[in-house]
Amino acid sequence: MQVSMKLEIRDTPGQLVAALMPISDAGGNIKTVIHEHDFSTDKGTLGVEVVIEIPQERLTSLLNLFQERNITVLRFGEERMHYQQSVILIGHLVHTNLGDTVDWIDKTGFAEVTKMSLAMPAIHERSSAKCTIKALSREHMEQAIEILREVSRQKDILMIEPLEF
Amino acid sequence: MPVRIALIGTGAVGKGILKALSEKDLGIVLTGVADSRSGDIRGEGIVPSDLLKRKKETGLCGDPSLHAQDVVQNAPYDILVEVSPTDATTGEPATGYIRTALSRGCHVVTSNKGPVALHYHELKQEADNAGVSLRFEATVAGAIPILHTLGESLGGNTIKALYGVLNGTCNYILTRMAEEGLSYKQALDEARTLGYAEADPTYDVKGIDAAIKLVILANTVLNRRISLDDIDITGIDLLTEEAIRLAEEQDATIRLIGEIIPEKNLYRLSPRIIPRYHPLVVQGSLNVIIVRTDLAGDLVFSGKGAGSLETASAVLGDILSIRDRYAGGN
Repeated sequence: MQVSMKLEIRDTPGQLVAALMPISDAGGNIKTVIHEHDFSTDKGTLGVEVVIEIPQERLTSLLNLFQERNITVLRFGEERMHYQQSVILIGHLVHTNLGDTVDWIDKTGFAEVTKMSLAMPAIHERSSAKCTIKALSREHMEQAIEILREVSRQKDILMIEPLEF
Repeated sequence: MPVRIALIGTGAVGKGILKALSEKDLGIVLTGVADSRSGDIRGEGIVPSDLLKRKKETGLCGDPSLHAQDVVQNAPYDILVEVSPTDATTGEPATGYIRTALSRGCHVVTSNKGPVALHYHELKQEADNAGVSLRFEATVAGAIPILHTLGESLGGNTIKALYGVLNGTCNYILTRMAEEGLSYKQALDEARTLGYAEADPTYDVKGIDAAIKLVILANTVLNRRISLDDIDITGIDLLTEEAIRLAEEQDATIRLIGEIIPEKNLYRLSPRIIPRYHPLVVQGSLNVIIVRTDLAGDLVFSGKGAGSLETASAVLGDILSIRDRYAGGN
């Protein structure tokens, strides 16, 4: 099963490797590691987001290993797409194959379209759609948006992005 | 000692300057004036209220045989105040007037975006060589003193990012689409009726006017060398009212936002989804700029981005700042 978790590590050399060791020791396979530099605490610790593939029966022993080695698990869950953004697409969305447009995001593996609202005022007029995208990380979200930007360009769709502030 | 100015252009901005000069004693003497069809030179000074009256009655500001270039070349002034209409493609004839004034060793204040967006670095060099000032506060965001603030008050800061609503016409249209549920076309027609939009609104709604202001900000206070081609421009003319309704579903709206991230060389103007109560969401024809800096943090500036007296305010600030700096001009 695929599991996403957030670990707290000390902001000193070698700590990341030490935190990841229990995963392979428990028979897990690391899919991605996202260092969150902007997540730091007064204690001098950093947050690390890890997505792993691990047989379900080994999960408990992994959590025990973390505990033995004093690694704090801040969050743990199957939900792996934590980053969410909505974009609005305007154009001949249906005639330019909306399914294909969405598919470009879904097939990345790191992002997917999880919700869509579509407004079609009249036949032959341009329609507008709001797409909610979820992604593994901020970087993955940026990549997904870039892909959608390119697809929109090719299909003559106006894409309105959120202002990330 | 009063400072002597020659005014080129008697449209909305020029009239605003003349009105302010006729109502307030700012220590500014007008020794030359020109519009597109006439000119006047008087060393002893032209009375601003008389000039406004003459312009209103005859449509001319002076002698039809006197051209703007003659005034720029021959009038006795310390500062050329160039407020003629913008030609964003060639920057002329304003650039020529500015060059003439600089070569005479005179300071220049302009509200004209063309020369600054197209030729800033050369003009600045010419001004430096002549030991005079070139100022253009009115070219970006009208009454908001953003160039002075970024260039001087925040001089020790590094600008990490700049976001702005820089075109009042577009902001008016988007505000009305959101508030009243108008279609893009209805909102544009309303803006035209109220005089917020030109008969040909292309420059505004396609984002060119706002993008030119991004070029000016980048090239002047951020010391870049970019042109309009370096900006990723999307206007508001293809927006639908449904798109605004969809944004509202998540308590957001859509605004035309200019964005500069210097360290990424990112220059972009596009409609963006933005939370409804974000400081960049201003109403009607207002402008707003948010600057993210390393020392001062985030700063928000908002105010009127256009208008006769509002733009005149920025021009007068430049004139008085030059006068104070050079203690009476040359």
